[in-house]
This record gives sequence, structure tokens and C-alpha cells, in this order.
Amino acid sequence: MRDRAWIVAGLALFFALFTYPLWSRALRGQRGEETKLALLMPAHQADCVMPVTYMRASHMKLLILWRREVVRENIHTFRAYDGKVYNISLTGTCLGCHSKAQFCDRCHDYAGVRPLSCWTCHVDPALTAEKLK
Amino acid sequence: MKITRKQFLKLGAGSLVALSGATAVAERAAGDRASPEKSNAASARRQYAMVIDTRKCLQRPGCTQCMEACHQAHNVPYINNPDHKIDWIWKAPFQNVFESYDSPYIQITLKNEPVLVLCNHCDKPPCVRVCPTGATWKRKEDGIVTMDWHRCIGCKYCIVACPYGARSFNFTDPRPYIKHLNPNFPTRHEGVVEKCDFCAERLAGDKPPVCVETCPVKAITFGDVNDPSSDVRKLLGAGLTLRRRPQLGTGPNIYYIV
Repeated sequence: MRDRAWIVAGLALFFALFTYPLWSRALRGQRGEETKLALLMPAHQADCVMPVTYMRASHMKLLILWRREVVRENIHTFRAYDGKVYNISLTGTCLGCHSKAQFCDRCHDYAGVRPLSCWTCHVDPALTAEKLK
Repeated sequence: MKITRKQFLKLGAGSLVALSGATAVAERAAGDRASPEKSNAASARRQYAMVIDTRKCLQRPGCTQCMEACHQAHNVPYINNPDHKIDWIWKAPFQNVFESYDSPYIQITLKNEPVLVLCNHCDKPPCVRVCPTGATWKRKEDGIVTMDWHRCIGCKYCIVACPYGARSFNFTDPRPYIKHLNPNFPTRHEGVVEKCDFCAERLAGDKPPVCVETCPVKAITFGDVNDPSSDVRKLLGAGLTLRRRPQLGTGPNIYYIV
């Protein structure tokens, strides 16, 4: 029982270090909202193929649907929620508006989500044969 | 009303016989209705085929324009190592392509000049039968034997099954070997099989396969072999054409005029 002071001090130190990421930001006067990722949105196009909230949460479901339609069902056009018809193409339609590096990669890096290996085959329009070497 | 055991059994047996008879009649009626629809669908189905006129092709010895155009359009890598080489359309010696028609006294041009070969888009494709993941299949609407590269696990079983050697395997990352990148078509990655897909992506936009369009002597004719008025059917009806190894029963859809 004579070691109680040491044990309590040790535990306090452990918790202080363990929770460092939580309180350090508060000490520095920063708040969560300020680190929100500002993604580069396309300048020439206001609408996406689905509402932004859907795309933010479920773009992967749409991409899987598109993949199945083009590859398995030979369907090459997509009628969007607002009636516009789009060509189903990751490189042509998605990357026609969004930049892979500034949009896809930045958000996936920020969220710590490893994407499926889309880009080992699908081509970023910014890519050239010289860059592949 | 009171019913005796004997009456109950009689009634039960009678109902069973009546029920089975009724279902048999209903099934036959349903079958009669379904069969004409089935045959209509079969006759309306397209089957794309190619007729390659080797006489025209041989007018330009050493020409590789169709191969170059195809490989550029589909981001096929140029790998020199013969073990790792990837081809969608290529040329092979006559005696290898048509081994049963070869003889020591065959026309000298056929002996010296190789024949254009590609995937035969068979009626009964052995590659499709063996694929364990369903990554390759024959399209119902037009008979193209196509692939889903997302699903290919690289087991190479289809390469073994294909009697025409029409499939290639990516032993290494193909991207560094691509000469001219076509951004509108994906590349492949290491561990995936690939082959000719009759330019399905171009057909979706009503464009003919790129080899057909590129050929400077119009040696390749493409069309629906189930349509009696198509160009391929006219050529097939006009004279003798050869198919590669038809005795195997795969039903190849590339025809050759020699």
C-alpha cells in the first residue's frame, strides 16, 4: 500500500499521454470543423449524376452498378435523377469533371479509406504513355 | 354427414388421380405456349462473325496495320519476350493455323506468308466452360465471347482450354510496355488474361471493329452470320471458306477464304 502514490501518478501519466490527441487540439484552440477537407469541385458542371449527398455516401454502389451494366449487360448510358443522360464511363464521365488526384485521391487519403484497385487499369486522363514508363 | 373409412379412401385416391392429370395437362399447355417464343428469340439472336480473305491480305506481305490499330486501341502492351507476349490479333504460319489442310505441294504464297488469326468467338467456347469465376462468357445478344477483367483471378485455365491460343496472360504489369495510351480504354494489370472482344466498345457506338476499319485492302468482313442478307453471309454463300479446327466442335466464327 505504500506504493499507492506511484501507482496513481503512473496511471494519471498514462491516461494523459493516451488521450493526448484529444486534448492537444483543444489546448491549441483548434476545432474539428476547421480541418474539414475542402475538395476541388468541377467549375463547369453544377450537377452530378446523383445528388451530392448520395454520391458522398454511396458513390461506390453507383460505380458497381455502372460496372455491371457496361460489362455484363451491355448498357452504356445512364439516366440521372434529373433526367439527363450520361455515358457510363469512369474515365470519360467521372474524370471528365473530377480530377483523380485532387478529388478521389485527396478524399480517400483524408478518410483513410483504401480504394479498390480502380487505377491499375482505368486510365486517368492526366496519364500519358510516357508517365507509365 | 357420416363417411365410412372405405368411402374416404375412395375419395382420396380419386382426387389424387384427378389432380395429377390436371397438372400434366396444365404443364403441356404451358410448354406449347413457351416453345414458339423460344424459337423466335433464337432466330432473332445475332452472332457476329468475320470472313478474312487471305488472298486480299496476301497482296500486302508483311502488313501489320490491323494488328497495330487493334493493339493501340485496346492498350495492348508491346512485350518482346515471346513467353510474355500479348496479342489480340496476330499472324501465324499457314501450316500451324490450318494444319489439316497443309501439304508439301501447297501454293508457295500460303507457305511463306502467315495467316491473320484472332479469337474465334466460338459457338461453344471451351474457355467459357472452364472459367471458374464466370469472368468470361458468351454474350446472348450477339455471340461475342467477352471478359470481365474485374473477375479474372488469373488461373489460366481458359488459356489451356482454348484450342486456338487466342488468350494471353499478363505475367508482368503491362503498363510500362504500352506504346500509345488510349485513355478511352482501360489497361490490364498483372495476373489477368486478355483477348479480342470483337471491339464490343465500338459496336456499342455502331462502329465496326477497328481491324475491319483499318485494313487497307478490305480483307476483313464483319457482320451477323444469322442475318441472311449480311455481307458475311453473302461471302459465305459465294464459295468455299475454311474454319480453324472445326472438327473440335467449338463452332468457330472466323471464316477464311484461301
